[in-house]
Amino acid sequence: MAIKRLLIANRGEIAVRIIRAAKAMDIHTIQAHSEADADMLAVRQADEAVCIGPAQAAQSYLNVEAVVAAARATGADAVHPGYGFMAENPAFVRALEAAGITFVGPSADIIDRMGDKVAARQAAEAAGVPVVPGSKGRLDTVDEAVAVAAGLGYPVMIKAAAGGGGKGIRIAETEADLRRMAPQAQAEADAAFGDGGLYLERAIQSPRHIEVQIMGDGTDAVHYFERECSMQRRRQKVWEEAGAACLDETTRAHLCDTAVSLAKAVGYVGAGTVEYLYDSATREFFFIEMNTRIQVEHPATEMLTGTDLVQEMIHVAGGGALRQSQKDITRSGHAIEVRLNAEDPMMQFLPFPGQVSSLQLPEGAGIRFDHFLYEGYQVPPFYDSLLGKLIVHAEDRDTAIELMITALEGLEIGGLKTTKPLHLALAQDPSVRADDFHTQWLEPWLAAGNLKPTP
Amino acid sequence: MTQVLSPVPGTFYTQPAPGEPLYKQVGDPVAAGDVVGLIEVMKTFIDVKAETTGTFTGYLVDDGAAIGAGAPLAEIED
Repeated sequence: MAIKRLLIANRGEIAVRIIRAAKAMDIHTIQAHSEADADMLAVRQADEAVCIGPAQAAQSYLNVEAVVAAARATGADAVHPGYGFMAENPAFVRALEAAGITFVGPSADIIDRMGDKVAARQAAEAAGVPVVPGSKGRLDTVDEAVAVAAGLGYPVMIKAAAGGGGKGIRIAETEADLRRMAPQAQAEADAAFGDGGLYLERAIQSPRHIEVQIMGDGTDAVHYFERECSMQRRRQKVWEEAGAACLDETTRAHLCDTAVSLAKAVGYVGAGTVEYLYDSATREFFFIEMNTRIQVEHPATEMLTGTDLVQEMIHVAGGGALRQSQKDITRSGHAIEVRLNAEDPMMQFLPFPGQVSSLQLPEGAGIRFDHFLYEGYQVPPFYDSLLGKLIVHAEDRDTAIELMITALEGLEIGGLKTTKPLHLALAQDPSVRADDFHTQWLEPWLAAGNLKPTP
Repeated sequence: MTQVLSPVPGTFYTQPAPGEPLYKQVGDPVAAGDVVGLIEVMKTFIDVKAETTGTFTGYLVDDGAAIGAGAPLAEIED
Protein backbone atom coordinates (compact mmCIF):
# COMPACT_ATOMS: atom_id res chain seq x y z
CA MET A 1 0.00 0.00 0.00
CA ALA A 2 1.42 3.34 -1.01
CA ILE A 3 2.77 5.38 1.90
CA LYS A 4 0.66 8.42 2.89
CA ARG A 5 2.09 9.56 6.24
CA LEU A 6 5.85 9.24 6.73
CA LEU A 7 7.66 9.72 10.01
CA ILE A 8 11.34 10.67 9.62
CA ALA A 9 13.34 9.05 12.44
CA ASN A 10 16.56 10.95 11.85
CA ARG A 11 17.97 14.47 11.89
CA GLY A 12 20.34 16.83 10.10
CA GLU A 13 20.77 16.89 6.36
CA ILE A 14 19.28 13.46 5.67
CA ALA A 15 16.00 14.44 7.36
CA VAL A 16 15.79 17.46 5.04
CA ARG A 17 16.59 15.21 2.09
CA ILE A 18 13.85 12.71 2.98
CA ILE A 19 11.26 15.49 3.44
CA ARG A 20 12.13 16.83 -0.02
CA ALA A 21 11.57 13.39 -1.57
CA ALA A 22 8.34 12.77 0.36
CA LYS A 23 6.85 16.15 -0.54
CA ALA A 24 7.55 15.49 -4.20
CA MET A 25 5.47 12.32 -3.81
CA ASP A 26 2.61 14.14 -2.01
CA ILE A 27 3.32 12.27 1.22
CA HIS A 28 2.50 13.92 4.57
CA THR A 29 5.76 14.36 6.53
CA ILE A 30 6.17 13.99 10.30
CA GLN A 31 9.59 14.92 11.68
CA ALA A 32 10.72 13.19 14.88
CA HIS A 33 13.21 15.24 16.88
CA SER A 34 15.02 15.40 20.20
CA GLU A 35 14.64 18.32 22.61
CA ALA A 36 17.92 19.72 21.28
CA ASP A 37 16.67 19.64 17.68
CA ALA A 38 13.37 21.51 18.03
CA ASP A 39 14.59 24.30 15.75
CA MET A 40 16.37 22.24 13.12
CA LEU A 41 15.55 22.85 9.47
CA ALA A 42 13.70 19.55 8.96
CA VAL A 43 11.29 20.41 11.80
CA ARG A 44 10.53 23.72 10.08
CA GLN A 45 9.96 22.05 6.72
CA ALA A 46 7.90 19.03 7.79
CA ASP A 47 4.10 19.11 7.85
CA GLU A 48 4.25 18.27 11.55
CA ALA A 49 6.84 17.44 14.19
CA VAL A 50 6.97 15.25 17.28
CA CYS A 51 9.47 15.30 20.15
CA ILE A 52 10.88 11.85 20.96
CA GLY A 53 13.06 12.62 23.98
CA PRO A 54 16.12 14.39 25.39
CA ALA A 55 19.19 15.51 23.48
CA GLN A 56 21.14 12.30 24.14
CA ALA A 57 20.62 10.05 21.11
CA ALA A 58 20.32 6.95 23.30
CA GLN A 59 17.14 8.44 24.75
CA SER A 60 15.70 9.79 21.50
CA TYR A 61 16.95 8.81 18.03
CA LEU A 62 18.14 5.42 19.29
CA ASN A 63 15.10 4.74 21.48
CA VAL A 64 12.97 2.05 19.79
CA GLU A 65 9.97 2.48 22.11
CA ALA A 66 9.95 6.28 21.83
CA VAL A 67 10.10 6.29 18.03
CA VAL A 68 7.47 3.58 17.60
CA ALA A 69 5.20 5.40 20.09
CA ALA A 70 5.67 8.66 18.18
CA ALA A 71 4.82 6.93 14.89
CA ARG A 72 1.64 5.51 16.41
CA ALA A 73 0.62 8.74 18.09
CA THR A 74 0.97 10.71 14.85
CA GLY A 75 -0.78 8.10 12.71
CA ALA A 76 2.29 7.42 10.56
CA ASP A 77 1.93 4.48 8.19
CA ALA A 78 5.68 4.33 7.53
CA VAL A 79 9.02 5.32 9.06
CA HIS A 80 12.13 6.39 7.15
CA PRO A 81 15.26 5.75 9.24
CA GLY A 82 17.78 7.69 7.10
CA TYR A 83 21.34 6.43 7.78
CA GLY A 84 23.01 5.73 11.12
CA PHE A 85 20.85 5.66 14.28
CA MET A 86 18.32 2.82 13.76
CA ALA A 87 18.67 2.38 9.99
CA GLU A 88 20.16 -1.10 10.41
CA ASN A 89 18.58 -2.14 13.70
CA PRO A 90 16.52 -5.33 13.18
CA ALA A 91 14.83 -4.96 16.61
CA PHE A 92 13.48 -1.57 15.50
CA VAL A 93 12.18 -3.05 12.25
CA ARG A 94 10.45 -5.87 14.14
CA ALA A 95 8.88 -3.41 16.60
CA LEU A 96 7.47 -1.37 13.70
CA GLU A 97 6.21 -4.51 12.03
CA ALA A 98 4.43 -5.53 15.24
CA ALA A 99 2.79 -2.08 15.28
CA GLY A 100 1.67 -2.47 11.65
CA ILE A 101 3.95 0.32 10.43
CA THR A 102 6.07 0.04 7.28
CA PHE A 103 9.85 0.39 7.58
CA VAL A 104 11.44 2.11 4.58
CA GLY A 105 14.14 -0.48 4.03
CA PRO A 106 14.60 -4.24 3.88
CA SER A 107 13.15 -6.80 6.27
CA ALA A 108 14.66 -7.47 9.71
CA ASP A 109 15.79 -10.88 8.47
CA ILE A 110 17.79 -9.37 5.60
CA ILE A 111 19.35 -6.79 7.94
CA ASP A 112 20.28 -9.61 10.34
CA ARG A 113 21.80 -11.69 7.57
CA MET A 114 23.81 -8.89 5.97
CA GLY A 115 24.91 -7.58 9.36
CA ASP A 116 26.58 -10.90 10.16
CA LYS A 117 30.03 -10.99 8.51
CA VAL A 118 30.10 -14.76 8.02
CA ALA A 119 26.49 -15.04 6.80
CA ALA A 120 26.99 -12.10 4.43
CA ARG A 121 30.17 -13.64 3.01
CA GLN A 122 28.34 -16.93 2.48
CA ALA A 123 25.43 -15.17 0.78
CA ALA A 124 27.87 -13.32 -1.47
CA GLU A 125 29.77 -16.48 -2.40
CA ALA A 126 26.51 -18.32 -3.10
CA ALA A 127 25.45 -15.48 -5.43
CA GLY A 128 28.76 -15.67 -7.30
CA VAL A 129 30.24 -12.49 -5.81
CA PRO A 130 34.02 -12.74 -5.42
CA VAL A 131 35.21 -12.70 -1.81
CA VAL A 132 38.78 -12.26 -0.61
CA PRO A 133 40.38 -15.66 -1.29
CA GLY A 134 41.19 -17.47 1.93
CA SER A 135 41.86 -20.90 3.40
CA LYS A 136 38.77 -23.08 3.72
CA GLY A 137 39.37 -23.89 7.36
CA ARG A 138 42.05 -23.80 10.01
CA LEU A 139 45.64 -24.61 9.15
CA ASP A 140 47.75 -26.46 11.70
CA THR A 141 51.14 -26.84 10.05
CA VAL A 142 53.51 -24.57 8.17
CA ASP A 143 53.57 -26.94 5.18
CA GLU A 144 49.78 -26.80 4.98
CA ALA A 145 49.94 -22.99 5.06
CA VAL A 146 52.56 -22.92 2.30
CA ALA A 147 50.45 -25.19 0.09
CA VAL A 148 47.35 -23.03 0.59
CA ALA A 149 49.29 -19.78 0.02
CA ALA A 150 50.52 -21.09 -3.33
CA GLY A 151 46.90 -21.35 -4.40
CA LEU A 152 45.87 -17.93 -3.01
CA GLY A 153 48.84 -16.01 -4.38
CA TYR A 154 51.20 -13.75 -2.42
CA PRO A 155 51.16 -11.52 -0.43
CA VAL A 156 49.07 -13.37 2.12
CA MET A 157 47.70 -12.25 5.45
CA ILE A 158 48.28 -14.63 8.35
CA LYS A 159 45.59 -14.52 11.02
CA ALA A 160 44.72 -16.57 14.08
CA ALA A 161 41.84 -18.96 13.31
CA ALA A 162 40.47 -18.34 16.81
CA GLY A 163 39.84 -14.84 18.08
CA GLY A 164 39.37 -11.66 16.14
CA GLY A 165 40.67 -8.14 15.93
CA GLY A 166 44.11 -7.40 14.61
CA LYS A 167 45.94 -9.67 17.05
CA GLY A 168 48.70 -11.63 15.41
CA ILE A 169 48.07 -10.45 11.85
CA ARG A 170 51.16 -10.66 9.65
CA ILE A 171 51.70 -10.12 5.97
CA ALA A 172 53.98 -12.53 4.12
CA GLU A 173 55.30 -11.36 0.76
CA THR A 174 56.95 -14.64 -0.14
CA GLU A 175 57.07 -18.31 0.81
CA ALA A 176 60.26 -17.65 2.81
CA ASP A 177 58.40 -14.95 4.77
CA LEU A 178 55.52 -17.33 5.40
CA ARG A 179 57.85 -20.12 6.63
CA ARG A 180 59.46 -17.66 9.02
CA MET A 181 56.26 -15.90 10.20
CA ALA A 182 53.84 -18.83 10.46
CA PRO A 183 55.51 -20.42 13.53
CA GLN A 184 55.59 -16.99 15.24
CA ALA A 185 51.92 -16.47 14.46
CA GLN A 186 51.11 -19.97 15.74
CA ALA A 187 52.94 -19.33 19.01
CA GLU A 188 51.24 -15.97 19.43
CA ALA A 189 47.77 -17.37 18.64
CA ASP A 190 48.37 -20.21 21.06
CA ALA A 191 49.40 -17.78 23.80
CA ALA A 192 46.51 -15.39 23.13
CA PHE A 193 43.67 -17.81 22.43
CA GLY A 194 44.94 -21.21 23.56
CA ASP A 195 44.68 -22.32 19.93
CA GLY A 196 47.59 -22.20 17.50
CA GLY A 197 45.41 -22.70 14.40
CA LEU A 198 45.99 -20.23 11.56
CA TYR A 199 43.87 -18.78 8.79
CA LEU A 200 45.30 -17.38 5.55
CA GLU A 201 43.78 -14.74 3.33
CA ARG A 202 45.10 -12.97 0.24
CA ALA A 203 46.42 -9.54 1.31
CA ILE A 204 44.97 -6.78 -0.83
CA GLN A 205 47.47 -3.97 -0.45
CA SER A 206 46.63 -0.32 -1.02
CA PRO A 207 43.12 -1.27 -2.16
CA ARG A 208 40.47 1.06 -3.43
CA HIS A 209 37.04 1.09 -1.86
CA ILE A 210 34.43 0.78 -4.58
CA GLU A 211 30.75 0.23 -3.92
CA VAL A 212 27.69 -0.44 -6.04
CA GLN A 213 24.32 1.25 -5.46
CA ILE A 214 21.47 -1.21 -5.81
CA MET A 215 17.69 -1.03 -5.44
CA GLY A 216 15.31 -3.96 -5.07
CA ASP A 217 11.56 -4.47 -4.84
CA GLY A 218 11.66 -8.01 -3.43
CA THR A 219 11.30 -9.60 -6.86
CA ASP A 220 13.69 -7.72 -9.07
CA ALA A 221 16.81 -5.65 -8.47
CA VAL A 222 18.81 -3.11 -10.45
CA HIS A 223 22.06 -1.23 -9.97
CA TYR A 224 22.82 2.47 -10.36
CA PHE A 225 26.50 1.90 -11.08
CA GLU A 226 29.39 2.37 -8.70
CA ARG A 227 31.00 4.94 -6.44
CA GLU A 228 34.67 5.36 -5.61
CA CYS A 229 35.08 6.06 -1.87
CA SER A 230 38.75 5.45 -1.12
CA MET A 231 39.40 8.91 0.30
CA GLN A 232 39.00 8.11 3.98
CA ARG A 233 40.23 9.35 7.33
CA ARG A 234 39.79 7.08 10.34
CA ARG A 235 37.58 4.86 8.17
CA GLN A 236 35.22 7.77 7.51
CA LYS A 237 34.66 8.69 3.91
CA VAL A 238 35.69 12.23 3.08
CA TRP A 239 35.35 12.58 -0.71
CA GLU A 240 33.31 10.29 -2.95
CA GLU A 241 33.03 9.96 -6.71
CA ALA A 242 30.51 8.39 -9.07
CA GLY A 243 31.68 6.51 -11.04
CA ALA A 244 35.07 5.02 -10.42
CA ALA A 245 37.36 6.36 -13.14
CA CYS A 246 39.88 3.56 -12.50
CA LEU A 247 37.54 0.84 -13.82
CA ASP A 248 37.43 -0.36 -17.40
CA GLU A 249 34.00 -1.09 -18.88
CA THR A 250 34.29 -4.87 -18.59
CA THR A 251 35.26 -4.73 -14.92
CA ARG A 252 32.54 -2.14 -14.21
CA ALA A 253 29.86 -4.30 -15.81
CA HIS A 254 31.03 -7.40 -13.95
CA LEU A 255 31.21 -5.55 -10.61
CA CYS A 256 27.72 -4.09 -10.96
CA ASP A 257 26.22 -7.37 -12.16
CA THR A 258 27.53 -9.25 -9.12
CA ALA A 259 25.90 -6.68 -6.81
CA VAL A 260 22.56 -7.22 -8.56
CA SER A 261 22.98 -11.00 -8.27
CA LEU A 262 23.43 -10.68 -4.52
CA ALA A 263 20.43 -8.35 -4.18
CA LYS A 264 18.24 -10.72 -6.18
CA ALA A 265 19.50 -13.77 -4.31
CA VAL A 266 18.37 -12.36 -0.96
CA GLY A 267 15.12 -10.83 -2.29
CA TYR A 268 16.27 -7.34 -1.39
CA VAL A 269 13.77 -4.50 -0.86
CA GLY A 270 14.86 -0.85 -0.85
CA ALA A 271 18.16 0.94 -1.39
CA GLY A 272 21.37 -0.86 -0.56
CA THR A 273 25.08 -0.73 -1.21
CA VAL A 274 27.42 -3.61 -1.91
CA GLU A 275 30.96 -2.69 -0.89
CA TYR A 276 34.12 -4.07 -2.46
CA LEU A 277 37.87 -3.81 -2.19
CA TYR A 278 39.42 -3.27 -5.60
CA ASP A 279 42.99 -4.18 -6.46
CA SER A 280 44.04 -1.77 -9.23
CA ALA A 281 47.12 -3.85 -10.03
CA THR A 282 45.24 -7.07 -10.82
CA ARG A 283 41.84 -5.50 -11.60
CA GLU A 284 40.22 -7.90 -9.17
CA PHE A 285 37.44 -6.96 -6.79
CA PHE A 286 36.30 -8.64 -3.59
CA PHE A 287 33.11 -8.34 -1.54
CA ILE A 288 33.50 -6.69 1.89
CA GLU A 289 29.95 -6.14 3.11
CA MET A 290 26.49 -4.96 2.20
CA ASN A 291 24.95 -1.89 3.79
CA THR A 292 21.18 -2.12 4.00
CA ARG A 293 20.39 1.61 4.05
CA ILE A 294 20.53 4.74 1.95
CA GLN A 295 24.10 6.02 2.30
CA VAL A 296 25.44 9.49 2.98
CA GLU A 297 27.00 9.62 -0.48
CA HIS A 298 23.88 8.65 -2.46
CA PRO A 299 23.61 12.11 -4.13
CA ALA A 300 26.73 11.44 -6.21
CA THR A 301 24.89 8.52 -7.80
CA GLU A 302 21.75 10.62 -8.22
CA MET A 303 23.76 13.21 -10.14
CA LEU A 304 25.39 10.51 -12.28
CA THR A 305 22.15 8.69 -13.18
CA GLY A 306 19.44 11.33 -12.78
CA THR A 307 17.37 9.10 -10.49
CA ASP A 308 15.97 10.24 -7.14
CA LEU A 309 17.01 7.25 -5.03
CA VAL A 310 15.17 8.38 -1.89
CA GLN A 311 11.87 8.64 -3.77
CA GLU A 312 12.51 5.25 -5.32
CA MET A 313 13.14 3.56 -1.95
CA ILE A 314 9.95 5.09 -0.52
CA HIS A 315 8.08 3.86 -3.59
CA VAL A 316 9.24 0.25 -3.23
CA ALA A 317 8.71 0.32 0.56
CA GLY A 318 5.07 1.17 -0.20
CA GLY A 319 4.84 -2.04 -2.21
CA GLY A 320 5.57 -0.53 -5.61
CA ALA A 321 7.57 -2.34 -8.29
CA LEU A 322 10.84 -0.86 -9.53
CA ARG A 323 10.01 1.88 -12.03
CA GLN A 324 13.18 1.56 -14.06
CA SER A 325 14.55 -1.52 -15.75
CA GLN A 326 18.33 -1.91 -15.92
CA LYS A 327 18.49 -0.74 -19.52
CA ASP A 328 16.71 2.52 -18.59
CA ILE A 329 19.42 3.38 -16.06
CA THR A 330 22.31 5.18 -17.67
CA ARG A 331 25.30 7.11 -16.44
CA SER A 332 26.48 10.41 -17.79
CA GLY A 333 29.59 12.41 -16.98
CA HIS A 334 31.15 12.33 -13.53
CA ALA A 335 29.97 13.38 -10.06
CA ILE A 336 31.95 14.19 -6.90
CA GLU A 337 30.66 14.70 -3.37
CA VAL A 338 32.60 16.15 -0.44
CA ARG A 339 31.51 16.12 3.18
CA LEU A 340 31.52 19.46 4.97
CA ASN A 341 32.01 18.68 8.65
CA ALA A 342 32.02 21.10 11.59
CA GLU A 343 35.67 20.31 12.30
CA ASP A 344 38.90 22.27 12.21
CA PRO A 345 41.19 20.46 9.78
CA MET A 346 44.13 22.54 11.02
CA MET A 347 43.57 21.28 14.60
CA GLN A 348 43.47 17.49 14.16
CA PHE A 349 39.85 17.79 12.98
CA LEU A 350 38.66 19.03 16.36
CA PRO A 351 34.85 19.29 16.24
CA PHE A 352 33.74 22.89 16.12
CA PRO A 353 29.98 23.38 16.45
CA GLY A 354 28.53 26.83 16.95
CA GLN A 355 26.09 29.33 15.53
CA VAL A 356 25.84 29.88 11.78
CA SER A 357 26.45 33.63 11.59
CA SER A 358 26.20 33.86 7.82
CA LEU A 359 25.56 31.48 4.97
CA GLN A 360 26.51 31.83 1.34
CA LEU A 361 25.66 28.91 -0.93
CA PRO A 362 27.19 28.15 -4.31
CA GLU A 363 24.80 28.07 -7.24
CA GLY A 364 25.01 27.05 -10.84
CA ALA A 365 24.54 24.17 -13.24
CA GLY A 366 25.84 20.90 -11.87
CA ILE A 367 26.12 22.13 -8.25
CA ARG A 368 24.04 20.74 -5.38
CA PHE A 369 24.40 21.31 -1.64
CA ASP A 370 22.46 19.00 0.70
CA HIS A 371 22.48 20.52 4.18
CA PHE A 372 20.41 21.60 7.18
CA LEU A 373 21.76 25.08 7.84
CA TYR A 374 20.21 28.53 8.03
CA GLU A 375 21.51 31.86 9.29
CA GLY A 376 21.25 31.99 13.06
CA TYR A 377 21.05 28.20 13.43
CA GLN A 378 22.89 26.86 16.46
CA VAL A 379 24.57 23.59 15.46
CA PRO A 380 24.14 21.35 18.52
CA PRO A 381 27.21 19.58 19.93
CA PHE A 382 25.36 16.32 20.65
CA TYR A 383 25.46 14.63 17.27
CA ASP A 384 27.93 13.92 14.48
CA SER A 385 29.72 16.75 12.75
CA LEU A 386 28.30 16.49 9.21
CA LEU A 387 26.92 19.89 8.16
CA GLY A 388 26.28 19.21 4.54
CA LYS A 389 27.44 17.61 1.34
CA LEU A 390 28.58 19.53 -1.67
CA ILE A 391 28.01 17.62 -4.90
CA VAL A 392 29.08 18.57 -8.41
CA HIS A 393 28.39 16.97 -11.77
CA ALA A 394 30.18 17.68 -15.04
CA GLU A 395 30.94 16.01 -18.35
CA ASP A 396 34.18 14.41 -17.12
CA ARG A 397 36.28 13.99 -14.00
CA ASP A 398 38.71 16.86 -14.67
CA THR A 399 35.86 19.29 -15.27
CA ALA A 400 34.07 18.04 -12.17
CA ILE A 401 37.15 18.74 -10.03
CA GLU A 402 37.36 22.27 -11.48
CA LEU A 403 33.66 22.77 -10.74
CA MET A 404 34.20 21.50 -7.20
CA ILE A 405 36.83 24.20 -6.65
CA THR A 406 34.44 26.85 -7.96
CA ALA A 407 31.61 25.51 -5.78
CA LEU A 408 33.80 25.35 -2.66
CA GLU A 409 34.95 28.92 -3.24
CA GLY A 410 31.30 29.97 -3.43
CA LEU A 411 30.45 28.30 -0.12
CA GLU A 412 30.87 30.35 3.05
CA ILE A 413 29.58 29.10 6.38
CA GLY A 414 30.23 31.87 8.91
CA GLY A 415 30.77 31.21 12.61
CA LEU A 416 32.00 27.62 12.28
CA LYS A 417 35.19 25.84 11.36
CA THR A 418 34.61 23.41 8.50
CA THR A 419 36.54 20.92 6.40
CA LYS A 420 36.30 23.16 3.33
CA PRO A 421 40.10 23.87 3.36
CA LEU A 422 40.77 20.12 3.21
CA HIS A 423 38.59 19.69 0.14
CA LEU A 424 40.14 22.67 -1.64
CA ALA A 425 43.60 21.21 -1.00
CA LEU A 426 42.52 17.76 -2.20
CA ALA A 427 40.97 19.21 -5.35
CA GLN A 428 44.32 20.84 -6.17
CA ASP A 429 46.50 17.86 -5.28
CA PRO A 430 48.29 16.19 -8.23
CA SER A 431 47.59 12.64 -6.99
CA VAL A 432 43.88 13.36 -6.61
CA ARG A 433 43.80 14.94 -10.05
CA ALA A 434 45.56 11.89 -11.47
CA ASP A 435 43.06 9.59 -9.68
CA ASP A 436 46.05 7.98 -7.98
CA PHE A 437 44.98 7.22 -4.41
CA HIS A 438 43.62 4.41 -2.26
CA THR A 439 42.15 3.77 1.18
CA GLN A 440 45.52 4.21 2.92
CA TRP A 441 46.40 7.44 1.11
CA LEU A 442 44.81 10.34 3.00
CA GLU A 443 46.14 9.79 6.53
CA PRO A 444 49.85 9.74 5.53
CA TRP A 445 49.15 12.72 3.25
CA LEU A 446 47.81 14.66 6.24
CA ALA A 447 50.60 13.45 8.53
CA ALA A 448 53.16 14.72 6.00
CA GLY A 449 51.77 18.23 6.37
CA ASN A 450 50.21 18.57 2.94
CA LEU A 451 47.31 20.59 4.33
CA LYS A 452 48.65 24.08 4.90
CA PRO A 453 46.82 27.01 6.49
CA THR A 454 45.54 29.48 3.94
CA PRO A 455 46.95 32.96 4.52
CA MET B 1 43.48 32.83 40.39
CA THR B 2 43.45 31.32 36.87
CA GLN B 3 40.35 30.06 35.14
CA VAL B 4 40.42 26.99 32.93
CA LEU B 5 38.41 27.84 29.81
CA SER B 6 36.63 25.44 27.50
CA PRO B 7 38.33 25.12 24.11
CA VAL B 8 35.09 23.99 22.42
CA PRO B 9 31.35 23.87 23.09
CA GLY B 10 29.90 20.59 24.30
CA THR B 11 29.03 18.62 27.40
CA PHE B 12 31.46 18.98 30.32
CA TYR B 13 32.35 16.13 32.67
CA THR B 14 34.21 16.41 35.98
CA GLN B 15 35.06 12.70 36.05
CA PRO B 16 36.31 10.20 33.40
CA ALA B 17 33.16 8.03 33.73
CA PRO B 18 30.12 7.83 36.00
CA GLY B 19 31.08 6.52 39.43
CA GLU B 20 34.79 7.29 39.01
CA PRO B 21 36.60 9.89 41.15
CA LEU B 22 36.65 13.54 40.07
CA TYR B 23 39.66 14.58 38.00
CA LYS B 24 40.59 17.06 40.75
CA GLN B 25 39.39 17.69 44.30
CA VAL B 26 39.51 21.09 45.97
CA GLY B 27 43.01 21.52 47.40
CA ASP B 28 44.70 19.12 44.96
CA PRO B 29 47.98 20.32 43.47
CA VAL B 30 47.74 21.00 39.71
CA ALA B 31 50.64 20.91 37.27
CA ALA B 32 50.44 22.46 33.82
CA GLY B 33 49.23 19.72 31.47
CA ASP B 34 47.16 17.91 34.11
CA VAL B 35 43.74 16.78 32.91
CA VAL B 36 41.06 18.57 34.92
CA GLY B 37 37.97 17.66 32.90
CA LEU B 38 36.49 16.06 29.81
CA ILE B 39 34.34 17.54 27.05
CA GLU B 40 32.15 15.56 24.72
CA VAL B 41 31.56 17.32 21.45
CA MET B 42 30.05 15.75 18.34
CA LYS B 43 30.79 12.21 19.50
CA THR B 44 34.44 13.10 20.21
CA PHE B 45 35.94 13.27 23.71
CA ILE B 46 38.52 15.94 24.44
CA ASP B 47 40.64 16.25 27.58
CA VAL B 48 40.64 19.65 29.24
CA LYS B 49 44.14 20.40 30.51
CA ALA B 50 45.42 22.96 32.98
CA GLU B 51 47.80 25.51 31.49
CA THR B 52 49.16 26.67 34.83
CA THR B 53 50.58 25.17 38.01
CA GLY B 54 48.90 25.76 41.38
CA THR B 55 46.18 24.49 43.68
CA PHE B 56 42.75 23.36 42.49
CA THR B 57 40.00 25.52 44.00
CA GLY B 58 36.94 24.00 42.37
CA TYR B 59 34.75 23.41 39.31
CA LEU B 60 32.65 26.30 38.08
CA VAL B 61 30.08 24.16 36.24
CA ASP B 62 28.30 20.92 37.11
CA ASP B 63 29.14 17.49 35.77
CA GLY B 64 27.16 16.93 32.58
CA ALA B 65 26.54 20.64 31.94
CA ALA B 66 26.19 22.04 28.43
CA ILE B 67 28.92 24.63 27.94
CA GLY B 68 29.93 27.08 25.23
CA ALA B 69 33.38 27.69 23.78
CA GLY B 70 35.42 29.85 26.17
CA ALA B 71 33.22 29.06 29.17
CA PRO B 72 35.07 29.03 32.53
CA LEU B 73 35.17 25.44 33.78
CA ALA B 74 37.40 25.42 36.85
CA GLU B 75 39.72 27.61 38.90
CA ILE B 76 43.33 27.17 39.91
CA GLU B 77 45.06 29.30 42.55
CA ASP B 78 48.55 30.25 41.44
